[in-house]
Amino acid sequence: MLQALGVGSIEALFDEIPAALRGVRLNDVPPALTEMEVSRLMRERAEADGTYLNFIGAGAYEHHVPAAIWQIATRGEFYSSYTPYQAEASQGTLQVLYEYQSMMASLLALDVTNASLYDGASALAEAVLMAVRAQRSAKRVLLPRSVHPVWRKVARTITRNHGIELTEVGYDADAGHTSLPALENFKGEEIAAVVVPQPNFFGVLEPADELVDWAHAHGALAIAAVNPTALAILKPPGSWGTTGADIAIGDGQPLGVPLASGGPYFGFMACRKALVRQMPGRIVGATRDSEGRRGYTLTLQAREQHIRRSKATSNICTNQGLVVTAATIYLALLGADGLARVARASHANAMTLLAALTRVDGVERAFSGSQFHEFVLRLKTPVTPVLEALKARGIIGGFDLGHDFPELGDALLVCATETKTDADIMRYAESMESIIARRYRPAPCAVRPSS
Amino acid sequence: MLIFELSRPGRVNRSQAPGDAPEPRDIPQRFLRARPPLLPEASELDVVRHYTSLSQRNFSIDTHFYPLGSCTMKYNPRACNALALLPQFLARHPGAPDDTGQGFLACLFELQEMLKEVTGMAAVSLAPMAGAQGEFAGVAMIRAYHDAHGDTERSEILVPDAAHGTNPATAVMCGYGVREIPTDGDGNVDLPALKRAVGAHTAGLMLTNPSTLGVFEHSILDIGKVVHDAGGLLYYDGANLNAILAKVRPGDMGFDAIHINLHKTFSTPHGGGGPGAGPVGAGARLAPFLPLPIVCGRDEGYRLQDERDLPLSIGRLAAHAGNAGVLLRAYVYMRLLGAEGMRRVADFATLNANYLLAELVKAGFDAAFPQRRASHEFILTLKRLKDETGVTAADVAKRLLDKGFHAPTVYFPQLVPECLLIEPTETESKQTLDAFVAALREVAAEARASPDLVKSAPHTTPVRRLDEVRAARELDLTWKSV
Repeated sequence: MLQALGVGSIEALFDEIPAALRGVRLNDVPPALTEMEVSRLMRERAEADGTYLNFIGAGAYEHHVPAAIWQIATRGEFYSSYTPYQAEASQGTLQVLYEYQSMMASLLALDVTNASLYDGASALAEAVLMAVRAQRSAKRVLLPRSVHPVWRKVARTITRNHGIELTEVGYDADAGHTSLPALENFKGEEIAAVVVPQPNFFGVLEPADELVDWAHAHGALAIAAVNPTALAILKPPGSWGTTGADIAIGDGQPLGVPLASGGPYFGFMACRKALVRQMPGRIVGATRDSEGRRGYTLTLQAREQHIRRSKATSNICTNQGLVVTAATIYLALLGADGLARVARASHANAMTLLAALTRVDGVERAFSGSQFHEFVLRLKTPVTPVLEALKARGIIGGFDLGHDFPELGDALLVCATETKTDADIMRYAESMESIIARRYRPAPCAVRPSS
Repeated sequence: MLIFELSRPGRVNRSQAPGDAPEPRDIPQRFLRARPPLLPEASELDVVRHYTSLSQRNFSIDTHFYPLGSCTMKYNPRACNALALLPQFLARHPGAPDDTGQGFLACLFELQEMLKEVTGMAAVSLAPMAGAQGEFAGVAMIRAYHDAHGDTERSEILVPDAAHGTNPATAVMCGYGVREIPTDGDGNVDLPALKRAVGAHTAGLMLTNPSTLGVFEHSILDIGKVVHDAGGLLYYDGANLNAILAKVRPGDMGFDAIHINLHKTFSTPHGGGGPGAGPVGAGARLAPFLPLPIVCGRDEGYRLQDERDLPLSIGRLAAHAGNAGVLLRAYVYMRLLGAEGMRRVADFATLNANYLLAELVKAGFDAAFPQRRASHEFILTLKRLKDETGVTAADVAKRLLDKGFHAPTVYFPQLVPECLLIEPTETESKQTLDAFVAALREVAAEARASPDLVKSAPHTTPVRRLDEVRAARELDLTWKSV
């Protein structure tokens, strides 16, 4: 090959690079390992991490992942292909995405969806940008405090330089959902959109019908932020209120994607047909080939960065194709009946766990609103040592709310899905009881009754 | 056939779903769904067979040479996938305490350290979930830096006209205006034009090097000086890092920030369009602004840093710690390569590209920049072929599919007419490259002998050429039951 090029060494091919820049030495990159050696290293590290009985949700949910899903998704033809720019050579990926769009549109009861975004948090940020684009003049978006706290942070990071005002709306301290009276403070102001989580970060069901109608009555768009598993049994965003939400987003992780320390997951986004040209990300459409056969291709690319450059709807390029492939297979395998079973079993297990934990002296349910598969507990003792003690017993007991919601005091967000057995629930409740009993004793009466 | 068309009422997979629980009586009726969603009702075998056969309607690296320029479609070692899917890694919740993920975090910490070393940056954050998000982080850091210095008049990002579309789109997402800098006849940034463009309004320059034209910017040190002297900062689009891995470092070229596409240089799968990962690196000036979280090592273990550790951070970009599984795959890949292997990546990517270019020129094709060495990729212009035969670059791309090769990137960069951007990568053999040359030579001969054969290609793919205009005009984005 060098002969064909008429050079004496590979190094000669780098002769256009200034000499001062060449001759790098990588001192901190270790020497190569064989596959056997790397496998051993990784197995040791994985084993060191151990396995725990997990009761955290907080935006990432442990569900059973059927065996077929990742065996199919990691086939080389899906795993090692790229964005389907050459549609005729990518009909597999394109049809999967078209089927995905069809399934998600129906689950969300909205007209159209894109082929995915990075995750739920960045999908929320893109939805805020999209709503403000569609509304033209209004720049304020109402973002309830009952939305996932990190999603709110991500929305701030990504929308910061657009003059958008993300205004938080408080929650009802008893019910745990967005406070309708608090919304009335914004009456008469120009609002671009209102975000409506369902269920919210506390696992509580929001009065979605009222919130959507309030948004529309005040000229705002309604952005739904939803859990896809819950929608198997809960009213979908397109049916909320009188006319339905305008945009829906969320994290697709519950649909067959392992927890895996946080990713890769995928974000989904759906909207009404009228808004489709404001939507970011890839979209697949059905069309015909030159012989009249049905086929699939990327469409509405005039919104995208590789065509529109600085005038694109977003800088997003790839989506989360492989993870979406897995989610599509998950939905096909479970169907509406299977997904509803997952939702009902998760809800039932969460309610059983809630009842068992609140029987413990010093543990109370924080909110009265209806819950899906997650709930907030208020402890009469600091949360951190309780979680530490649970961990020592092999249990990850929940998400400590102290950092993000200091006003809730010693509060813990706990989740149970269909993966938990009665024995798991019992083990958690008994562990909690013995830990709390050791840490928390009711204050002695001020006046000892005389005998 | 769509999965919906295979659907039969009442067909369910009882083993994959849990046993049924009663309707939730504690949730009021007004919260509940009235009609079930329209999802397929298919057996496990139906589903497995359907998606297996769909996979067979794809070209992929595992089945075809895939010389898609700018995308670095190299072989994805299977060990990377297998080891990222170890059960303990998959089971761990992202909210679990750091001390239950020391093995996982050790991999991420060492990945950060290795990326620092190969880019010449002071610090790295693994948070961005794709190259475009890494770009966003980089430009947002530039903005945060200027803001922190009270330097709020800088309103413009400079971008070469050959840049990836994500560059200008990113600058706009960060609230900047975009000014394009022209390319000179040799494919370099036009230095005099750059000097005229910079000033007190310049926030920074975004640059890919080697550029999207497949050549190394000779004057990179001068370019850096012009931008820095004007008070601007330099952003490196790491899309083409594969060309110079372990040979030249962006930090040594003077860049202040960089993103790295792990799905390109570090061989994590493209997955039909994601998930990628776009870690971002920063020089000393920008390091305090890196996105969260960052893994830090301490004597008692590894830990994810938060707002309390990095108060100047631009913030968070993802709900959790980025695309963790992609990061693990890149880590395994880097450990398999080691420092020497990384150098071989750039060596053989460059050798393959230059060899392929030389052979294609010998076969009668025109290089867009014949006076230049190729980096890891190069551009052919088919303008002469089009003028002679009416056959376009798009037609040639489609005809290559019939010959069993995925097409190169077409019509990018937009400033070269009828262009093919070809990136063979280091993992292809000489035999594959020779076969590709023979195929392109055949297509050119066909274009001259029977142009309609090429113009009507592809002929052998699962569908013939698709009507994209119809797709956009008569939007059909979801299946509807009739």
